[in-house]
Amino acid sequence: MSSPQQTISVAGENSLIVYFGDKPGAAIASQVAQTAQQLRESLSQVLIDLIPSYASLLVIYNPLQTDHNAVRKSIRQALSHLTDDAISESNKAQGSLVSLPVYYSTESGPDLQALADGAGLTTEQVIAIHQQTEYRVYAIGFAPGFAYLGEVDPRIAAPRLATPRQKVPRGAVAIADRQTAVYPAQSPGGWNLIGLCPQRMFDPNANPTMPVQVGDRVRFEGIDKQTFLDLGGEL
Amino acid sequence: MTGLSVIQPGIFSLPQDSGRFGQHAVGLTTGGPLDSNAFRWANRLCGNAPEATAIEVTIGGLVLESTVQTCIALTGADIPLTINKKPAALWQSHAINPGDRIELGFATAGSRGYLAVAGGFHIDPIFNSASTVPREALGGLTQDGTALQTGQLLPCETVKDSRNCQAVPRHLVPDYGNNSALLRVVLGYQQEAFSNLQKQLFFTSQYVVTESSDRMGYRLKGSKITPSIEGILSEGICLGAIQMPADGQPIVLLNDRQTIGGYPKLGSVLSLDIGKLAQLMPGGTVRFEAISVEQAHNFLALDQHQFLNASLERSPERKVKTSLERKIKSIKP
Repeated sequence: MSSPQQTISVAGENSLIVYFGDKPGAAIASQVAQTAQQLRESLSQVLIDLIPSYASLLVIYNPLQTDHNAVRKSIRQALSHLTDDAISESNKAQGSLVSLPVYYSTESGPDLQALADGAGLTTEQVIAIHQQTEYRVYAIGFAPGFAYLGEVDPRIAAPRLATPRQKVPRGAVAIADRQTAVYPAQSPGGWNLIGLCPQRMFDPNANPTMPVQVGDRVRFEGIDKQTFLDLGGEL
Repeated sequence: MTGLSVIQPGIFSLPQDSGRFGQHAVGLTTGGPLDSNAFRWANRLCGNAPEATAIEVTIGGLVLESTVQTCIALTGADIPLTINKKPAALWQSHAINPGDRIELGFATAGSRGYLAVAGGFHIDPIFNSASTVPREALGGLTQDGTALQTGQLLPCETVKDSRNCQAVPRHLVPDYGNNSALLRVVLGYQQEAFSNLQKQLFFTSQYVVTESSDRMGYRLKGSKITPSIEGILSEGICLGAIQMPADGQPIVLLNDRQTIGGYPKLGSVLSLDIGKLAQLMPGGTVRFEAISVEQAHNFLALDQHQFLNASLERSPERKVKTSLERKIKSIKP
């Protein structure tokens, strides 16, 4: 039996969307990831793609090979397995733990000082607090390889910039409200920049393309400028 | 390497195959032809698999010169086509010899044309697809999402046994003439956040295509629709999703859509009607009609059946070898 807060709705002619709850969190992120994994196996032939997000999973199927009733059945089965095997487990740590190096500084993070000032903290405190949390990958989207990580400690949460930057560099480590992210490529953006990560977050030629997937856990580890440069970082 | 040389790239010409699938988990969109019906017919006319790489020509202006013997077909918008300055019909295959010049004018009805070649264009895939997505800087001839450029070569092979003078049956050729479309909608997503009154307003109103419409989405202007919620947790977006931002003006999300988003959505436009919408020019008008998901599945199955069982027709000869034969004008279906 799936728990009552999970619902399945039609999204379109070839898509159903599963809602796992109203608020994102580690338990829900884990359920979304597990359901996605289950459906990749059970729907394999008729599955076109899946989009896991904060508290939902979009299931896209081939309507010339199946219909929404059969797909609903597979989804309900996946959700029932979740109840049997996983919900009790889901508050425990699941998903891979990925460590990302960050060169935190006012040189590599042009908003670090302003964020610290706004929070009534020193830049060292902001850097320390950002590293204390084990984040969860809630969603990937907006741009190829852009992973939304949550949740940022409320002491260093900061609203988006009033005027977004035209160019945020690749690797920029940023905070917006209670989310943090590493910009996978140079792009416009309105998040507060506090450092740079030398690791590529999206590389079409690498396998895997991204170091993280939805449901994984992420820790940030401060590195000095020389290590950043040695790891291939560019200022 | 052999192929078709780009003499002029036209307004906006993008290599597209059927799309990039299975990559949403890393945030990649699908891309692919906006008018998938015209695209598959172009390939069919050239004897290709329906997903073979062709060129999506927006508005027109593309000029190519061939270095190979092959055949081509142009489908979609009414874009005047000439081969060696002689008018050639759309929705029909044409034999091509080395040195032939293929010129596309500018659309008089509709806005997207599809140029296919026998065997498809040989473009290296990235993430399993040749589809060009400028927003993601992915795909296409140079794999970086850029549109065709003067001087490039669109690689294709010599096909001696090429199909000439085959045509799509006339009754299956769409009419793009009146710059309006009726779009069927499967209600879904946050539809319960739209009151019956708001839904009635939506389905009885006429909307106008605005200038800010592109491969990512078509922004429409008309009756303001107000759902009972302003935003949602960002969630996966499927093709054709109708998103309602705070200004109440609907956006229909197309092939290059963002994969996740946080605006309320009323449902999704039937894929068979996406091409009709994407062929509209700014100022074009649309109306919406609600259908059930079961009806949608029936429409899709019937459409597939019709496509697979349709036979191409023999059209008047248009060989390219002798000047005498060149004088025989092909007839536009």
